[in-house]
Amino acid sequence: MATAAAHQTHGTAQDTADTGAYERAFDAAVAADERIEPRDWMPDAYRATLVRQMAQHAHSEIIGMQPEANWITRAPSLRRKAILMAKVQDEAGHGLYLYSAAETLGTSRDELLDKLHTGRQKYSSIFNYPTLTWADVGAIGWLVDGAAITNQVPLCRCSYGPYARAMVRICKEESFHQRQGYELLLALGRGTPEQRAMAQDAVDRWWWPSLMMFGPPDDESAHSAQSMTWKIKRHSNDELRQRFVDICVPQAESLGLTLPDPDLKWNEERGHYDFGPIDWTEFREVLKGNGPCNEQRITQRRRAHDEGAWVRESAAAYAAKHTGPTGEMGKTGETGATQV
Amino acid sequence: MTTTAPTTAALALGDDALVLSHRLGEWAGHAPVLEEEVALANIALDLLGQARVLLSTAGDEDELAYLREERAFRNLQLVEQPNGDFAHTIARQLYFSTYQHLLYAELAAGEGPFAGLAAKAVKEVAYHRDHAEQWTLRLGDGTEVGHKKMQRACTALWRFTGEMFQPVDGLDVDLAGMETAWLDSVRAVLHRATLTVPEGPRTGAWTAGAGRQGVHTEPFGRMLAEMQHLHRSHPGASW
Repeated sequence: MATAAAHQTHGTAQDTADTGAYERAFDAAVAADERIEPRDWMPDAYRATLVRQMAQHAHSEIIGMQPEANWITRAPSLRRKAILMAKVQDEAGHGLYLYSAAETLGTSRDELLDKLHTGRQKYSSIFNYPTLTWADVGAIGWLVDGAAITNQVPLCRCSYGPYARAMVRICKEESFHQRQGYELLLALGRGTPEQRAMAQDAVDRWWWPSLMMFGPPDDESAHSAQSMTWKIKRHSNDELRQRFVDICVPQAESLGLTLPDPDLKWNEERGHYDFGPIDWTEFREVLKGNGPCNEQRITQRRRAHDEGAWVRESAAAYAAKHTGPTGEMGKTGETGATQV
Repeated sequence: MTTTAPTTAALALGDDALVLSHRLGEWAGHAPVLEEEVALANIALDLLGQARVLLSTAGDEDELAYLREERAFRNLQLVEQPNGDFAHTIARQLYFSTYQHLLYAELAAGEGPFAGLAAKAVKEVAYHRDHAEQWTLRLGDGTEVGHKKMQRACTALWRFTGEMFQPVDGLDVDLAGMETAWLDSVRAVLHRATLTVPEGPRTGAWTAGAGRQGVHTEPFGRMLAEMQHLHRSHPGASW
């Protein structure tokens, strides 16, 4: 089979002469929609692109816990509290899958966290906006998770196997997140005038930042073309953004909420909704660190990590003391104290 | 509110679960390692599920959670204690989950009104207990810093542990037997973790059954203020 060479273990220095053959085989495998697996040969730039993208995604999941966790202790009903806690827990779980997927490319979680904490890697800019009211929990679910799903569903077909498989699971959970947000806003929309105003205010604040989540316009996107060739990315930023707008407009109508864009209208000829210009200056400013919560988010992350150092060190010291010759750690229930 | 014996017991157990779940929820985004974000949230969710079942047997779960005043809550003072550092949270988990596991195992074996809930919850709580024991070992018998912090936490919370074995109306269990089993178990875990079993009294003038009677500690009012604020700001609203 033409592409078999691509699925060989990463070559050593003596294989340099064969790199051309490996590369042709890799290109053929990608073109044939085959999955690239961790031990397969891959171009260094492909590996670096994937690590950067998966790391940024993982960082977004764990930083993204903060704006929503902000409301766990104030959730207005026990049912909502349970849903929100489960959602924030899912995000921690997504972070775990994604750091693990990145580890298959030889980059450890510690290394990636260090890059996050020192500002050398980014997370999604959307989480630099504050959650000012309870309705923001709904707006994040409906719009932010909705935009994330639009971005992420195509990643389930990404050429890199571990990433694609992690995304299948993540997308299932994200779809629950999106629905709970929509349902939360629906309840507010049918509620008191104060609740309706709260919902509208949240949607007004989250709409434009959500559109920015798809990244810069296609003609200004730095990594897009190469990622499309490698099938890490399947659709352009503008295509996905349009798809998201088309989905949201009728949903907003069902919710009885308006989207804060006077230019939003159906274009019969294009078969899509037209929408107004995005303020890319704001996007770039938030990206540069000047958003409302950049400092707060990263400070909390660093603090949790630093304050947890002694816990991780103690667990490691315990493991070192109690690892037997077979490398097996103390097992669950070994304390002998759990029988009742 | 009616004060039949099963209602009193449902409130006591329901409030324990509700309040501890809330405290654990405060960890979200602050845990020392990603695996603990998942674990602590998981425990909090189990407890919240138990609280909802128990409170619903006593009335409307949201009215009970959000509209009662501090003195009407029947939870143990132990569970309302602030998280402190990770060692404090683990010590609180160790003391409470050991108690809750013994209690639910006994309730599940009986035929009382809580047998059904307890049969399901005892499986969840077995995990909570294992989690707390495993961390007690790792903090106590890991580094010197871990040992010191864990010892300090175990000692600080010791005086809240006697309250667990005070009688509760409607809770038909062998408290003396449970207390012996609790002490044996906690001592064994602390011993294995190279920690010293605290020597101070397990109850004080203010802690002997006080939480069960509605007398709480200073941090609890602040916790309720945060928990109830939004719900109370919109009287009668549905969410």
